[in-house]
Amino acid sequence: MPPARKVISRETGIEEKEYKWGFVIPVAADVAPKGLNEDIIRLISRKKEEPEWMLEWRLRAYRYWRSLGYVEPKWAKIHHPPIDFQDIVYYAAPLSRDGDRPKTLDDIDPELKRAFDKLGIPLEEQKRLAGVAVDAVLDSVSVATTFQKRLEELGIIFCPISEAIQKHPELVRKYLGSVVPYTDNFYAALNSAVFSDGTFVYVPPGVRCPMDLMTYFRINEAEAGQFERTLIIADRGSYVSYLEGCTAPIRKKHQLHAAVVELIALEDAEIKYSTLQNWYPGDKEGRGGVYNFVTKRGICLGKNSKISWTQVETGSAITWKYPSVILRGDNSVGEFYSVALVNNYQQADTGTKMVHMGKNTRSTIVAKGISAGHGQNTYRGLVKIMPTADGARNFTRCDSLLIGSKCAAHTVPYLEVRNPTARIEHEATTSKISDEQLFYLMSRGISEEEAQYMIVHGFCRGVFQELPFEFAMEVTQLLRVSLEGTVG
Amino acid sequence: MTQAPPVYETYARRFRELEAGRSEPDWLRELRREALGRFLDLGFPTARRGNEPWKYTDVGPVARTVFGPPPARPPLPLERLRRTLPWRPTWRRAVFVGGRYRPELSHLPAAGEEVTVLPLSRVLSQGDDLLERHLARYATYQDDAFAALNTAFFSDGALVVVPDGAEPERPLHLVFVSPESEGPYVHYPRVLVVLGRQSRLCLVESYLGLGDGPYLTSAVREFYLGEGAALEHYHLLLEGEAAYHVGQARFYQERDTSLRSVFFGRGCAIGRNDVRVDLDGPGSEAYLHGLYVTTGRQHLDNYINIDHIKPHCTSRLFYRGVLDGESHAIFGGTVYVRPGAQKTDAEQEDKNLLLSREAEVDSKPALEIYADDVKCGHGAAAGAVAEEALFYMLSRGIGPVLAQTLLIKGFASSVLDEVRLPALRTQLDRLLVDSLPRLRTEE
Repeated sequence: MPPARKVISRETGIEEKEYKWGFVIPVAADVAPKGLNEDIIRLISRKKEEPEWMLEWRLRAYRYWRSLGYVEPKWAKIHHPPIDFQDIVYYAAPLSRDGDRPKTLDDIDPELKRAFDKLGIPLEEQKRLAGVAVDAVLDSVSVATTFQKRLEELGIIFCPISEAIQKHPELVRKYLGSVVPYTDNFYAALNSAVFSDGTFVYVPPGVRCPMDLMTYFRINEAEAGQFERTLIIADRGSYVSYLEGCTAPIRKKHQLHAAVVELIALEDAEIKYSTLQNWYPGDKEGRGGVYNFVTKRGICLGKNSKISWTQVETGSAITWKYPSVILRGDNSVGEFYSVALVNNYQQADTGTKMVHMGKNTRSTIVAKGISAGHGQNTYRGLVKIMPTADGARNFTRCDSLLIGSKCAAHTVPYLEVRNPTARIEHEATTSKISDEQLFYLMSRGISEEEAQYMIVHGFCRGVFQELPFEFAMEVTQLLRVSLEGTVG
Repeated sequence: MTQAPPVYETYARRFRELEAGRSEPDWLRELRREALGRFLDLGFPTARRGNEPWKYTDVGPVARTVFGPPPARPPLPLERLRRTLPWRPTWRRAVFVGGRYRPELSHLPAAGEEVTVLPLSRVLSQGDDLLERHLARYATYQDDAFAALNTAFFSDGALVVVPDGAEPERPLHLVFVSPESEGPYVHYPRVLVVLGRQSRLCLVESYLGLGDGPYLTSAVREFYLGEGAALEHYHLLLEGEAAYHVGQARFYQERDTSLRSVFFGRGCAIGRNDVRVDLDGPGSEAYLHGLYVTTGRQHLDNYINIDHIKPHCTSRLFYRGVLDGESHAIFGGTVYVRPGAQKTDAEQEDKNLLLSREAEVDSKPALEIYADDVKCGHGAAAGAVAEEALFYMLSRGIGPVLAQTLLIKGFASSVLDEVRLPALRTQLDRLLVDSLPRLRTEE
């Protein structure tokens, strides 16, 4: 393994070899004043040149959110001081030279281009051979989207959601909020009110998207929260594989990230959604780090459709996220593969919901939790079988691995069964790395750290196999870095 | 919260009346006052969002009903008692009807039988050292409205004491009968069992409802297992169709103790089987098996928590449910492993058999683990009777009802096989079939 690059945090001045993505991108930015009120929402809407209906929707969401009394939900097994929602910047946009979003890829601020190169996200198409189409989002706006032309030829729409609102209002109006309404939960309401950018994907009937689509999210501004919104629609018989990656600079203060992702799969369509979540996790003492409160949900609307979530969660101070699937179409399939790793003072409360409504719907849940240091890891999942879901089938497996005596692992599954023809199975285990396995490897000359890494990697294999090639390499490196310092 | 203030006013008034008529030691008076205060503060729990322990059970009907005192001299169909319960002549027995001790039905152990059973009504007024030391210590009422309610109001029940090293030969059967009545009433069974060091006991608890009308049984039982003690415990829940039952059992285990508990429960209008085990000494074990059967519109909520406080303890929690009709059964259980409780070995499992399209089961077997050198696992499953198995039997000339009976009995047997008293086992086999109307048609 190449040694992790040394990165000196600009703000704290300390060397942070554990988090090499922690640099700040030096670009000028247009930053809205702190705080949230109707004027800010109007400002965001105006900046994005949104139609009236969009502003109305945002305001409705905001009023609903306000009615919840600024009190964040408390049911998850996470602890943090109350968040001051008036102390956050809700809109921050990097300024390009002419003050607008760059028209072509050549117009992008070279500083930005370099920064994304450093993150391993090339914005120059010619440099890629096979290629992944990338939508790069910095704070509140999308700065570049690659391969749009090639995708357009197939009728695939892949663009920032702000652009989709203007160019494809009929699709956005029909589906935005249809899977996650703004009344869904506290953070979904907040996101609906202030969401700034994110990705919109539409794959027309019968089209198999020829390349992976990817959005790379980056928080850059110190006081900014990120509130992205992603909407993916796979029309009849289509297929799309979507990748999502995220990082943030090292900051002493906690930063808020509250996203909403909605997936819609029509008849015979398939969406594969992979996440590599690597937000800044905070330092060894638990200072700083991103609060990652995300609502992700997909609906298998049509028959024989399929939605598959794969996530590797190694970042964030706190992760609160439950990528879910509503299995409405008959014979539809939902999958959830997850690895959540917490180290130092990280907390994760994550899992999934599978709601079976259609006949012969199937779901698989494989969740692997790894706790080290003082980390707190919770799997929380719901499998709900509605009376209409004849012949539904669910298999759930969640395993926890504990490294060190100060960490914790929790498993909170909910099974709600209202149809006798359904078959539901849930299994879970919790254990530490076995001394025998460690001994076996070390007696063959493998160092303790390497041995531990091998065991953890093996533990996660079932999930890593589901990752697209693009992520498979990165994830093994990430795992190594995240486990650093857990031995001894 | 939907507090109907008049109801709470009734409880407060009733408490003042009772208190005026009681002559109890100061500590108990104080305890009861505090408990009433907690009950009035907390109010009945609501199934609102975020109230996890009551997520699937709405006790609104209990909170809205004004319950009177139980009937004073109800008719008692002795034959039915003998037929329904494991009523063995050799067993020792304490019978309570409508919350009152009935000496003529009871058969208490004689002096020299290594176990003392005292009706609480006889102990409360003079006070008792053991009572003062243990009462309300394990069934804490500070955050639990039903425990607080019982603590404030109970007037009878059993105090069971097994001295150090004693091993009483005969099983002890505590019977709590809810008689028939004109209007809704409430009674508050209370049990305190104190097992001395290295002692043993086999205890059967039965709750039997006779009438069809609504009533509330609010039962609290506390079990203290002294160092090296072993308790074999059976719990039968056979309340009436319209009954509300909230039963709470608290087991507190010192080091090297052993608990083996088997529960058999039938549903009622609202039933709650709430068990908590505190493994507070190393080297202890707790085996909890349960079988619940719900039919019609019954509702039964099993809420089982095992707390591994000290290292080197083993726990097994195996529950199974058979659901029919439009019934609703719940299994909610958490195994906690506290920081430092290394070498914990815990397993938890809940399996459910759904016999009808309208039945609903909600299962939530949770683990909360704060130590690393542990072996913990859990599983849950739900489904119908396996079609292949059914087909196999049908193809061999076994009728559909009998085939289903066999499969259900087979499913239940992994729990019932844990019963070590032959007489009780026979009785439970019969109760299982009796509890499922669809199986009775054949016999």
